[in-house]
Amino acid sequence: MHEVALSRQIARIVERAAAGRRVTRVEVEVGQLRQVVPEALRYAWTFVVAGTPLASAGLVVTAVPATVRCAACGAEATLDAEVRFDCGACGAPGATLVRGEEFRVCTIDVDGPGTPASGEG
Amino acid sequence: MGRFHRHDDGTVHAHDHDEGGHHHDPDEHDHGDHSGYGTGRQRLEVLEDIFAENDRLAAANRAAFDAHGVRAVNLMSSPGAGKTMLLQRTLAALRGRLRVGVVEGDIETPLDAERLRGLGAQIALLNTGQGFGGECHLDAPMVARALRDLDLAALDLVLIENVGNLVCPAEFDVGEHRKAMVYAITEGEDKPLKYPVMFRAVDAVVVNKLDLAPYLDFDLALFRRNLEQVNPGVLVFETSARTGAGVAAWVDWVAGL
Repeated sequence: MHEVALSRQIARIVERAAAGRRVTRVEVEVGQLRQVVPEALRYAWTFVVAGTPLASAGLVVTAVPATVRCAACGAEATLDAEVRFDCGACGAPGATLVRGEEFRVCTIDVDGPGTPASGEG
Repeated sequence: MGRFHRHDDGTVHAHDHDEGGHHHDPDEHDHGDHSGYGTGRQRLEVLEDIFAENDRLAAANRAAFDAHGVRAVNLMSSPGAGKTMLLQRTLAALRGRLRVGVVEGDIETPLDAERLRGLGAQIALLNTGQGFGGECHLDAPMVARALRDLDLAALDLVLIENVGNLVCPAEFDVGEHRKAMVYAITEGEDKPLKYPVMFRAVDAVVVNKLDLAPYLDFDLALFRRNLEQVNPGVLVFETSARTGAGVAAWVDWVAGL
């Protein structure tokens, strides 16, 4: 629901990291338990960056499945559509989430150094 | 390599046709680049949390609360679960006991804020038509602006009434010390399983509208089992904000934070 705002936030992070270099690709990682819809994020990104120096940067969204680890027996399980925090192996409650809440800019591909004035043409 | 092509003006587009978050080999992106322009092309690790800026401002809000010895609660729910009526009851009960401020997140209207006036609390109205994210939630910058309208030195407790929504508000730290949600039994037993992020995010759930229980098929035990699945050990208050039943325990909790 807030993918436009999140795209603006991603753009700010990317602009800062790129430091004036042209960006061709941005990779973000989205945990399954982040309520971010990858298609909506990619769509929002296209019009947030349109007409800006980031217009040429494609957004690659990598989904991270939610994984829980049982405090009692140590078994790890990947959550599917149903989110439950009791252990599928031993039945103990209160497994802890070890992956699935990520939401970060991982890498950017840049043409550098600095502005691409030299070497162009 | 159709994803990657160069226009006459020198712009390069890497079209992303991924649907499943699948990675490409990084080398693939260098195909078709024979211009001598890509000599400095490189992949930079950024590893920056996309909520980092919000979280920095949330920490500043929290520091402002702490500097004045104020505790803050972020109150969330779906629309119509009874947040404002619970707040009315809460303000009335705390009057003369604690000095309370309310940050009232509302989309475009001051209707909720009007319901809270005259109960002895300072009220900061926050219309969410603008700001980082628009209308679906409060974020830390919005709450920072609202705090300018509150005299924290004259307060003990700030109750932040978030925008009615079970999705977005769960994602944003606004600088509160505790998150709580109001859940109405008219919403059905399965909501913790459908909105696990919200139900996991909170320290307490106020199960509201229990006065309607005789008219509904609501299975409270099943709801509590579902809730326990996603947030083991979460604090639960069973209330009717309409009649006032059960509200005292909730009031004692917020007063004791």
